[in-house]
Amino acid sequence: MNTIKISLPSSRSALGAGPFGAMIQKEMADHLRSWRFLLLLGLLVLTCLGSMYAALSSFSSLPPSELAKMEFFFLKLFSISDGSLPSYAIFIGFLGPLLGIALGFDAINSEHNNGTLSRLLSQPIYRDYVLHAKFLAALAISTILIFSLTIVVSGWGLLALGIPPSADEVLRILMFTLLTIAYISLWINLAILFSIVFRQTSASALGSLSVWLFFSVFFNMLIDVVAKHLAPKQFLSEAQAVAFQNFVLNLLRFNPIHLFNEATNIILMPSVRSTGALTMEQISGTLPGALPVGQSLLMIGPQLTGLFASTIVLFALGYFLFMRREVRSR
Amino acid sequence: MQNTVIELKELTRRYGDFTAVRSLNLSVHKGEIFGLLGPNGAGKSTTILMMLGLTEPSSGKALVAGLDPARNPLEVKRRVGYLPEDVGFYDNRTGLENLLYTGRLNGIPEKEAQPRAHNLLKKVGLSDAAHKKTSTYSRGMRQRLGLADVLMKQPEIIILDEPTSGIDPQGLRFFLDLLRTLRKEEGLTILFSSHHLQQVEQVCDRVGLFVQGQLRACGSLQELSEQWLKRPNGALEEVYNCILAHQLETEKL
Repeated sequence: MNTIKISLPSSRSALGAGPFGAMIQKEMADHLRSWRFLLLLGLLVLTCLGSMYAALSSFSSLPPSELAKMEFFFLKLFSISDGSLPSYAIFIGFLGPLLGIALGFDAINSEHNNGTLSRLLSQPIYRDYVLHAKFLAALAISTILIFSLTIVVSGWGLLALGIPPSADEVLRILMFTLLTIAYISLWINLAILFSIVFRQTSASALGSLSVWLFFSVFFNMLIDVVAKHLAPKQFLSEAQAVAFQNFVLNLLRFNPIHLFNEATNIILMPSVRSTGALTMEQISGTLPGALPVGQSLLMIGPQLTGLFASTIVLFALGYFLFMRREVRSR
Repeated sequence: MQNTVIELKELTRRYGDFTAVRSLNLSVHKGEIFGLLGPNGAGKSTTILMMLGLTEPSSGKALVAGLDPARNPLEVKRRVGYLPEDVGFYDNRTGLENLLYTGRLNGIPEKEAQPRAHNLLKKVGLSDAAHKKTSTYSRGMRQRLGLADVLMKQPEIIILDEPTSGIDPQGLRFFLDLLRTLRKEEGLTILFSSHHLQQVEQVCDRVGLFVQGQLRACGSLQELSEQWLKRPNGALEEVYNCILAHQLETEKL
């Protein structure tokens, strides 16, 4: 009797095929084993609890007549708050960068400081594998985290509200989740770039955090000052006022945090039809109502492009610096 | 029969105005232990990096195992094992896990990698510490693990950059014996860079003396002794001092 041996590709060998798979596996395992990951997980769970509490208590404080008139009930879970704590969307917008920075700030320099980088690069792997593996592992971890958080919030909301989300709402929630992940990947790339530039892990952490602080606090103040100086002091027509308003808004859009917030608002609030100022002329004759998902998506096109473009620029810069560097032992 | 496995032709590396390696010509034969000797900062490490394609030469050419590392680094790195100076490991993993990871990076199937890693750990005397995290390893243990790590891919050539710095005398003897056995049993070509004259004298078949980015002398101890000291069986230290003195004289002129 002939025995025929059939070798099935096991799931492990499928992922672990080749050195690149092994590297991603190792990076992800490193993240999952670290204390840092547990801390982040704890922080995100707290976020989820806090914002859910805020959203649900704001629902219960509204009179039934208000509630009956409310549209997109389920979606509000993510964007509403009773004022005691920020809403889920704001929390995530705040913690997302922190998550990205925490996952990337020591990507390259810790390898260098441990003396493992030169050993790694003397193996038969392409040099960009190192960078790709670091980024993809961090991206995978944050994708899993954000998706599970979204599912937990939705599930809890479903239990608490008893109203299932409409297809439109499900799509919007999915879009919001994907948007958040794209936003986090921007910060991962920034952190990896700093980890290439700085030899010290503390310097790269501080560097990325200060960029984040600059954009979340000081950038808008700066634009405010600039706008005040540029503002026309004399007679102003309505069109001029709107144009000036839009100009200031465009300045604000150099801030990735602002881009993310705009996109989030449009996705989570279907009634938002414009991000900028409109003249009376432009809005005359419109009926207040919600936009379909496709239209909202169309509106955040520029914001998404901006976020993706800056992500790619950061990645390319890191790539350029890393590929050209001469790696010596520590 | 002497087969050349590493050949450097007019290899030069400049960093701005500073020339780290100047017109280096060198060939290493198959199955020999070649000692790259020179003080710190003489350009030994830079030469090694160029051999591995980890940095590009400013001019000149290197051929390692018949391949140009600047053009074909992956193939070179598949055949050449490199133990960097002060090697590091992933400290949150055990010694065995570190070796297995290297095996995976080299595309060695898990079934082969496991026994090979255990074998190597036995060979370098780390079987007992195989399941301990590398953060608990002493300096000497790390160097030995580094050697096992280099051998995981079953290389034709191994390049060791200052592998003996900071090891105690006992560990040192073990390490050097290991190198000799490897050469004898597996026919490995070993390039050994060091600034310790005695160690180089003990294990190396041929020696290249490096001073300020230039190869001052190259050959077996016998040849060097006859060339510089005009008598056979001189110690390497004497040769070295003679060369340094010669260097000083030419600088004065």
